[in-house]
Amino acid sequence: MKALNNILPLVKNETIKMIKKKRFYVILLVLLVLVPMFAYAQLRQAEDKREKFGTDWRREVQQAITDNQNSLGSDRVPEEWKKYRQIYIQQMKYYLEHDVNPREPGGVSFTREFLDNAATLFIPLLIMGVGSDIVSSERTGGTVKMLLTRPVRRWKILLSKLVTLLMFVSLIIVSTCLICYLISGLFFGYRGWNMPVFTGFQLRGVEVDLSGVHAVPQWQYIFMQAGLIWFVSIIVAALAFMVSVLVRSTSASIVIMMATLIAGNILTNMASSWTSAKYLFMVNLGLTNYLAGTPAPIEGMTLGFSLLVLTVWGIASLVVSFLVFTKQDILN
Amino acid sequence: MAARQPIHDEQHHPVLKVQGLKKKIGRKWIVHEVNFEVYAGEIFGFLGPNGAGKTTTIRMLVDLIRPTEGQVHICGYDVLREPERALRCVGSIVENPEVYGYLTGRENLEHFARMIPGIDARRIEEVTQLVGLTGRIDDKVKTYSLGMRQRLGIAQALLGRPKLLILDEPTNGLDPKGIKEMRGFIRRLAEEGMAVFVSSHLLSEIQLLCDRVAIIGRGRVLAVGKVDELIQANRSYVVWELEPREPGERLLRSAAGVSVVNDAGSVLDDTIMAGIRGQAIVTQMQPELIPGLVQGLVQEGVRVEAVQKVNPTLEQLFLEMTEGESIE
Repeated sequence: MKALNNILPLVKNETIKMIKKKRFYVILLVLLVLVPMFAYAQLRQAEDKREKFGTDWRREVQQAITDNQNSLGSDRVPEEWKKYRQIYIQQMKYYLEHDVNPREPGGVSFTREFLDNAATLFIPLLIMGVGSDIVSSERTGGTVKMLLTRPVRRWKILLSKLVTLLMFVSLIIVSTCLICYLISGLFFGYRGWNMPVFTGFQLRGVEVDLSGVHAVPQWQYIFMQAGLIWFVSIIVAALAFMVSVLVRSTSASIVIMMATLIAGNILTNMASSWTSAKYLFMVNLGLTNYLAGTPAPIEGMTLGFSLLVLTVWGIASLVVSFLVFTKQDILN
Repeated sequence: MAARQPIHDEQHHPVLKVQGLKKKIGRKWIVHEVNFEVYAGEIFGFLGPNGAGKTTTIRMLVDLIRPTEGQVHICGYDVLREPERALRCVGSIVENPEVYGYLTGRENLEHFARMIPGIDARRIEEVTQLVGLTGRIDDKVKTYSLGMRQRLGIAQALLGRPKLLILDEPTNGLDPKGIKEMRGFIRRLAEEGMAVFVSSHLLSEIQLLCDRVAIIGRGRVLAVGKVDELIQANRSYVVWELEPREPGERLLRSAAGVSVVNDAGSVLDDTIMAGIRGQAIVTQMQPELIPGLVQGLVQEGVRVEAVQKVNPTLEQLFLEMTEGESIE
């Protein structure tokens, strides 16, 4: 309890600095500018489809299934993609059989899709925006000397920064969901909370095991997504935190994190035959894909595996951060 | 933990005690062996050229750098073993007063006050008044001049009512008026019983301000003592302006205990050289000989236009202390 009382004023300090540095406002601003763009793009897409298929969504899904089936016979399509498409076809059939529109437009659906797409790069980038300079800015600015010559142990100072970072990470995810819903609602309406979404597709090679599939209301699905994204973000934050401790310059620390994240996205898309890449944290960020039943980028990856890999990376980076920060000489 | 009561007898026990301090970075010893003590109520100078190990030593005093060997005790507490207690007694500015530019002066002070137990808004008000920042305290620090930042730095150092104040080159970047104010301010703090540790690379600065001084060169303490004693242990320089010059110079050269320095630029500070006209003669001698020499010159019909006693440069002091080895 006593230790907690010591930490609280430090957390307050860090929170004040974070807000006064206006980093969080920048992130909100980015969301407020970009989300309407995505929403508008989606609106145009929906209009196109309505012209093509009318108001009957079944025709649209049927068409998608036929298109994909036709492409399976072509030699020009890589085997890897064929696998994806076979799985996709089976899922679409399932939706069709149960008379559920997989792409019912609405604010809630938009949020769900946006979260799916933002999980591996967009949200981690926002997290980096607040995480990368939380320690390195004190070193760049020289204020670290002022911080560490106080009668406060170094680990407490670092812990207060970590707590603040985790608070802002949570805040960023909540704001992303809220901004998404509120803005896309203007385009598509605010309904769709109870629309059923299927989850629990088990993949066995190219076969989809449908025995575990069940419908959950969309609001529940979004909560599950947000939880997974929150977990991914915590890990990304822990890594950014470590880089921020290890690298003195803020810009260098941002570059390192950004390069790693983008490298992860590239690796994922290469659908690697390099199987040991699955132990890298960057290819494990797409946790929401397991919910939707999209195949994992590398053979042998499951939700449990990815959670485990991310946890190990997260804990390791925190251990390194604390060891280095409490021992290191402040030479400049 | 065993109750090990430190003794707080300020008369006899130093506020700051440094024993056998050494630091090795990579394969290089930056600080070889530093020992000194600072007592309450005194201004202690830490004099050395840039690169002598001053900043590294100061950083070891306040737990920013871990010493390779040796101990630092502040108010009886070991900085390594009990950093929280030891640092509670210290206020410091290490190098530049770096504060958060995006916060106001008051927000900065509040920030640092939260890190020290028992400091309230009244104390913030007090130190603000003490350093004379009351009018600008609610402005963003990025709009402050260097002098104002220095004052804010001192305000944050004083927040916790420290027994020891550590100031690294406190007059760096200040204008002459600011330097003078700073000196007065530091003296007042020492009169109130605070121990003040001031580092500088300027001999004149230390002379004007400090009671005692440690001279450091190449990572070693070369001497510790009263400032005047250290300087007078070495012979002073006297600058003469005579008219006519030639007979005067001949007379000085012939006088006992006087040696004329041919290359004055190498032994005197540039600031002193600037004030000396080309015609001047620089001698090395005991100052007590001046009256007799003046009388002798006048009797020979040489007009004495100016006689000036000047101190050797820091470099000169080092040369004499290290017996001819120059500083790197």
